[in-house]
Amino acid sequence: MKDETKFSVKDLNLFYGNFQALKNINMELYKGQITAFIGPSGCGKSTFLKTINRMNDLVEGVKITGNITMDGVDIYKDMDAITLRTRVGMVFQQPNPFPMSIYDNVAYGPRIHGIRKKSVLDEIVEKSLKQAAIWEEVKDKLKKSALAVSGGQQQRICIARTLAIEPEVILMDEPTSALDPISTLKIEDLATELKKDYTIIIVTHNMQQAGRISDKTAFFLTGEVIEYGDTEQIFNNPRDKKTEDYITGRFG
Amino acid sequence: MNNANKEKIVAKRQKDYKEKVFHFIFLVSALVSVLSVIAIIVFVFSKGLKPFFGEGAYSFFDFITGLKWDPGNDVYGIFYMIVGSVLATLGAIVLGVPIGLLTAVFIAEIAPKKIVAIIRPAIELLAGIPSVIYGAFGLGVIVQLIKKVSPTGQGESLLAVICVLAIMILPTIITLSESSLRAVPKSYREASYGLGASKIQTIFKTVVPAAKSGILSATVLGIGRAIGETMAVMMIAGNNIGGLPNSIWSKIRPLTSNISMEMSYASGRHQDMLFATGVVLFIFILVINTVLIRLTGKMGDEGSKK
Repeated sequence: MKDETKFSVKDLNLFYGNFQALKNINMELYKGQITAFIGPSGCGKSTFLKTINRMNDLVEGVKITGNITMDGVDIYKDMDAITLRTRVGMVFQQPNPFPMSIYDNVAYGPRIHGIRKKSVLDEIVEKSLKQAAIWEEVKDKLKKSALAVSGGQQQRICIARTLAIEPEVILMDEPTSALDPISTLKIEDLATELKKDYTIIIVTHNMQQAGRISDKTAFFLTGEVIEYGDTEQIFNNPRDKKTEDYITGRFG
Repeated sequence: MNNANKEKIVAKRQKDYKEKVFHFIFLVSALVSVLSVIAIIVFVFSKGLKPFFGEGAYSFFDFITGLKWDPGNDVYGIFYMIVGSVLATLGAIVLGVPIGLLTAVFIAEIAPKKIVAIIRPAIELLAGIPSVIYGAFGLGVIVQLIKKVSPTGQGESLLAVICVLAIMILPTIITLSESSLRAVPKSYREASYGLGASKIQTIFKTVVPAAKSGILSATVLGIGRAIGETMAVMMIAGNNIGGLPNSIWSKIRPLTSNISMEMSYASGRHQDMLFATGVVLFIFILVINTVLIRLTGKMGDEGSKK
């Protein structure tokens, strides 16, 4: 597979007050691939993920230096956060559907971006739910609360909600950590399927998961990228001793 | 050994005894409010229902639909008072809830901490002002202002009551709405921002709807507060002796001020009729409380089930 750069990260540092959470990150993230971020808790992988759609802007006292470009455009200087977040969608660790109907959840994004026509919304909702492989399970209860379905279904509804804004990139922050194994597999299959149309970046605690679904893997430790490369290489032939230790389960 | 055992048993008995005493104290404390409410209901209802039964009974229908209150001529109609009270309350809600809600949103979501540090004590102070002061303020300021623009040339009016009640219910609306807004999980906000929503969109499409039942409860409590308010409204309502209000400039005579103005000198049937007014007021409050209990009950369920 040819690697085509989607994001280019240069000398990225991030501080929460005096605490430096990310140290000098340089990385290329590629289009149409699944990139996995692995590493122990507190290593900065989620923080880094959230710099990609500027969710860290919402946290008080965050300071960021360096830059990230998407398709060559600096996402911090030459793009506003709202535009960025419509192009870079996010799925969170805990399924977080709004306390509304399934339909309204999926239609939320299109609605705030000005789509009012019911027929168009209907179409988007159906398409997104189908893409998220949940349509069959919920098509008869679209008007029911999204909180009334199982956790795994909620997470797929959240993915559908993200797909409904037609992003180019989907960020997934440990999307299966709150789910049972079967739901986890469904989400993984879904991610592999979505890779055809979207660039996916996934943070995971689960190394098998990274191994199963990702093309590239980055290993984070105390705010630094220790090693980044093809998933196969990282798992079978890690260059760094720390990566090897983590992957073989010696710590973390 | 034996001694130690005995001591233990004695200690245990003392402990049991203490437990029981405290249990009793708690129970008595709880009973004070329950018994009080029962006593008030029995007293108000027995006095208030008396004029409609027995020999020379007053027609309840005339009482509840009457448009004139003239104790001197044995005429007791309170329909126009009910209308006045309801309109004043409605007006206060229509005016006060949006202002209160927007203030709550501002405090909970938008304002920097420094500004919140000014607004919040102001609201707490507003809640602590005695209602007679509100009345004096209403009379001295609002009524005077209305006088200048009113076609009737008089300031005491439905409008004056609405304005003062709207201010009086603000603390209730703001405090309760704010806490329900703050209780909205952060994850909803993140989800909304993550979909490219702006701050204002997130607030009005996600946070406020998610806090809906809390805001509704705040509104219902506000209604209760407004309909039961006495002193402040008595000073500014005009308290006419009859006739439905036909505009916001009309004088009204709220149920509460009817009771408080005349109770001190009324006797016989007149006094009983004031209690009957109290019964009507009481029923309003009961209905409002029932609605409130329903709402807060629902609030607990929401999220987990539907």
